[in-house]
Amino acid sequence: MKKAAAKREISFTVNGEPRTVRAYPMERLLDVLRQELGLTGTKEGCGEGECGACSVLMDGMLVDSCLVPVAQAQGAKVVTIEGVSRDARCRALQESFLECGGAQCGICTPGMILAAAHLLQKRPKPTTEEIREGLSGNLCRCTGYMQIFEAVAEAARRAAVR
Amino acid sequence: MAGRQGEHIIGASTPRKEGRDKVTGRARYIDDLSFPHMLYGATVRSRIPRGTIKKINFGPGIAWNEYVVVSAKDIPGKNYIALIENDQPCLADGGVNHPEEAILLLAHPDRHALAKAVAAVEIEYEPLPAVFTIEESERGDTIIWGKDNTFKSYRIEKGDVDSVWANADYIVEGEYFTGAQEQLYIETNGVIAAFDAEKGIKIWGSLQCPYYVHKAMMALLGLPEDQVRVVQTETGGAFGGKEEYPSMIAAHAALLAMKAGQPVKIVYDRAEDMAATTKRHPSRTRHRTAVSKDGKILGGEIEIVMDGGAYVTLSPVVLSRATIHAGGPYYWPNVRVRTKAVATNTPPHGAFRGFGAPQALFAIERHMDKIARTVGVSPAEIRRRNFLKQGDTTITEQEIREPIDLAKLLDRALELADYDAKKRRFAEENKRSACKKGMGIAAFLHGAGFTGSGERYLASVVGVEGRADGGVRVLVSSTEFGQGTNTVLCQIAAEALGLPYEDVTIAQPDTMVVPNSGPTVASRTAMVVGKLVASAAQGLKQTLIAAGLLRETCTAEEFRAACREHVATHGEFRSLANYESPEGIFWDDVKYRGEAYATYSWAVYVAEVTVDLTTYSATVDDFVAVQEIGRVMNPVLARGQILGGVAQGIGFALYEKVEWRDGRMANSQMTNYIMPTSADLPTIRVYFEELGNKHGAFGAKGIGELPMDGPAPAIVNAIEDAVGIPFNRVPMLPEDIFAAVEHEASLAGVR
Amino acid sequence: MKSDPADYEFAVAASLQDAVKLLAEEPKRWLPIAGGTDVMVQYAAGTLGVRKLVSIWNLPELRQIEVLPGELRIGAGCTYTDLRGHGVVAGEFPLLARAASWTGGIANQNRGTLGGNIANASPAADSLPALLVYDAELILVSARGERRMAYRDFHTGYKRMNLAADELIRAICLPRGFAGYVSYARKVGARNAQAISKVCIAALGRVENGVVADARIALGSVAPLPIRLGETERVIAGKRLDADVRALARKTAVSETRPIDDIRSTAKYRAAVVSNLVGEFLDRLAGGESSGE
Repeated sequence: MKKAAAKREISFTVNGEPRTVRAYPMERLLDVLRQELGLTGTKEGCGEGECGACSVLMDGMLVDSCLVPVAQAQGAKVVTIEGVSRDARCRALQESFLECGGAQCGICTPGMILAAAHLLQKRPKPTTEEIREGLSGNLCRCTGYMQIFEAVAEAARRAAVR
Repeated sequence: MAGRQGEHIIGASTPRKEGRDKVTGRARYIDDLSFPHMLYGATVRSRIPRGTIKKINFGPGIAWNEYVVVSAKDIPGKNYIALIENDQPCLADGGVNHPEEAILLLAHPDRHALAKAVAAVEIEYEPLPAVFTIEESERGDTIIWGKDNTFKSYRIEKGDVDSVWANADYIVEGEYFTGAQEQLYIETNGVIAAFDAEKGIKIWGSLQCPYYVHKAMMALLGLPEDQVRVVQTETGGAFGGKEEYPSMIAAHAALLAMKAGQPVKIVYDRAEDMAATTKRHPSRTRHRTAVSKDGKILGGEIEIVMDGGAYVTLSPVVLSRATIHAGGPYYWPNVRVRTKAVATNTPPHGAFRGFGAPQALFAIERHMDKIARTVGVSPAEIRRRNFLKQGDTTITEQEIREPIDLAKLLDRALELADYDAKKRRFAEENKRSACKKGMGIAAFLHGAGFTGSGERYLASVVGVEGRADGGVRVLVSSTEFGQGTNTVLCQIAAEALGLPYEDVTIAQPDTMVVPNSGPTVASRTAMVVGKLVASAAQGLKQTLIAAGLLRETCTAEEFRAACREHVATHGEFRSLANYESPEGIFWDDVKYRGEAYATYSWAVYVAEVTVDLTTYSATVDDFVAVQEIGRVMNPVLARGQILGGVAQGIGFALYEKVEWRDGRMANSQMTNYIMPTSADLPTIRVYFEELGNKHGAFGAKGIGELPMDGPAPAIVNAIEDAVGIPFNRVPMLPEDIFAAVEHEASLAGVR
Repeated sequence: MKSDPADYEFAVAASLQDAVKLLAEEPKRWLPIAGGTDVMVQYAAGTLGVRKLVSIWNLPELRQIEVLPGELRIGAGCTYTDLRGHGVVAGEFPLLARAASWTGGIANQNRGTLGGNIANASPAADSLPALLVYDAELILVSARGERRMAYRDFHTGYKRMNLAADELIRAICLPRGFAGYVSYARKVGARNAQAISKVCIAALGRVENGVVADARIALGSVAPLPIRLGETERVIAGKRLDADVRALARKTAVSETRPIDDIRSTAKYRAAVVSNLVGEFLDRLAGGESSGE
């Protein structure tokens, strides 16, 4: 078992591609994604796991990347907003965000879309309550949430119709 | 829905111009940018509220030679952040006047090397007595600013107030308080600065007003106009918190960049941003009102004191708006309004959506309910009897010239809220339940644009440019930070020229490229700047007509062809429009009398709340927001503004409390400064009315700040309705409701 | 972000055995980190005292939930999402399932672990009152072997616990047999989601022949550690829940707590809410329905 304060190689999959970084094990996954990998779509809003702006999918689970030491991402499948944008179902979500006014300043939007994508995967036909709960870990200061919920509900409706 | 008078684009929900980048994560905010050889900067801040700096020691364990260190001595120009008075230093020099005041700046290539270095700077202070509240400041035992701690005061006199008391059937008094509120944009403050000996300083940042930063840098760095360049990057929320503050963080980055000879990025973490930057001014308002037996306001005295923090910054302007809004949307035949902003040893308070109006309107709307109870009529009725109508004058003696019918607005709001039926039902249900329900009303107005001669003073300039591909580009310093500037201004240009929305782009606000269209504040952008965009667009068209390339009546394709041709021959060309003060706007800055604002938006909000007496928590279950805003330029965006503003207003009323400890915000984390999550907010129902506005683009008035004014009083009115106890303070946390319930119970026990 | 990643040693345990071996070699030096939802917050704030961390995230030995005839054995590395999604937890231990749903948002629930919540020992932790009323037992493991203890003996003071320097929590054991009990849980926080509790209650009870046959009440955030209201339970045991008994129970409950004024709330408020919540539980118990939030 490695136990050194030096940088180490950590390998994981990001948006479907295998990547290896040299990083201190306690670097936050958020910073490795943004700095080492240049994937600046994931944002820092609070650094304390409260706002969800840093949400990514790690092995299919929504997590706050500001709370993940990169060493724990070894071997994991990580998906960020850049990756999720390639998924057709997610593109539908992005379209409905655009139509329904789900993004105003946009800083919470990547995390919000990740959380919504994660929700729709588990609950393709969510109730308003389920949308509310599914996104309750993502703070938005601009929208008052309603147009975000409407965007998620609309995306769910369209997916059901297809 | 589009299509008024043949309009296709104004009134349509055209997609957000920069929306696709935002939903795909491609939008680049300041912390997403990086330059070669860039250093990271951090700020060493005061740990005491007031005192002299005796000694600064650079402690052990840090390789100080690796760091760039900047102090006040390194400032080439003037050590202040230019704004109104120039009393706020960029860096403390010898003394500090508030916790978190900036003293030194550090830069290092490794972002992670900064926090430990900041912690290792040992500063010895000699503390001085400090002042933390409005009361302490007023008492004047300790003078911390000027002669008497007063930054600014105003006085409005209308009619003959002293004569009303003798004939009053009722004299109603009340005292109302509002606390500080943190803007809590999800993107913290951040800038990058780069210095070049020939070109000067360039600043990129998350900001609302590039030209404010430009002006401040000139003075601080002693550089001429053309050696300062400021660019706004995609901004993740602002709400006023990035109106004046960015000049400070930009100044810090610029000083480090100049000394280092390398670009410097400073991005605050959340704790620093919350503790060190501006918040909404706390306030205390006192009302004393003479009322006739049928509930008409005969006259009154209104006194407002605002806590401005340690330096003047924008307090005079915030106070001004509070003063002018002090009477609410009511007719006061006689009134005296006396207001002042005082100094305390806290980080200076600043701009936050509403800008003084939420404080003043909270007070008058709570007071109207008190008047209603005293007189024995309903909250709705007391308002009906006192609403301003066309032909009436406001407290500044501005005549209302539009056919606004507030009584009808009120009726519509009450009906939509099912007010009467719910009141009856709750009266019954409350008897049997620990969850008490109530309804509350707030009626209010919000003046759009700068006060009085302010817009004339701003002398805004806007440009519209013809592009090589035949489309046009809007040139404004007005910034997008979520509210829809980019979209609405492009809609206006498109509509003015008969072009598709897709043919219009808008330039990134860069002081080297765009003219100064004024700050992005005061709900002025759609109305004032938009009108100039329409003019400049028309001017561009006239240029093509004068060049013989186009006729007045033309198709979009013809316009594009003419534009392409003109660019091919003459290069890119632009038309500028300059602000012209409308006729008949007269404002006396000394007497504070006359046309305070070119126009007002009007609103009535109704809140339904539940107060759970098991936990003493109040929640908003339903919220109706009805407003008259001139013209709905873009329905999705307009609704979004109201929804977001109401959410912030609900936070202001029930959740967002700044815990002060000796002038410092002790709860400077998102865990402990509570903003509503999606699980806390009700369905907010939004309705618009449109009376048009001859002073605004396509009839637009202001909308951005209006929704901040109504929620707090509507909610607290509803809470009093639910539990029968008056509350005169926001925020109202469960602990406050509990204390009041306890107090009432103990009084009842005594009786 | 106030900490420098270069200052931290980090070991990733390949197995439980690996982890306890390391702790045995250098006791008190290595802080176990599972989902990081507490540790990483302290790290970012610059208040993490320890410089060596050993990751026990996702170790299979710690992430099982075993359903045995007499008890449910929950691996300490199970996340709140794991708990919420498990049929027996949701069906037989609703207080724990509910507490799991209150802990942060979905992203926090996907990473926060029950063992982490116990070892972090915040008096405001949401799941701990539920464990107290279910009479949970802990299995602690070290290189020296395993031991089992009653959870109610685990916390000894504010952030002090009966956990040796070389020990890890391995599993939480919940006795099965609460069918027919009325359960009541409520969290009072500053908002409806993502809130640290100001008062948190978990309670179970059974009424037989009109009198209280069994009652268990536990509270969080009103003392330096989560507490069972032993006195209050005694006051109502075997009694009819009439107005006097309820009033006495409420008063006793408050006397068993030591609430404080802190950044989040006040002692007086907490005391009042404790009294109200206990009252609400007794209403449900007398009425025979399960409830709360």
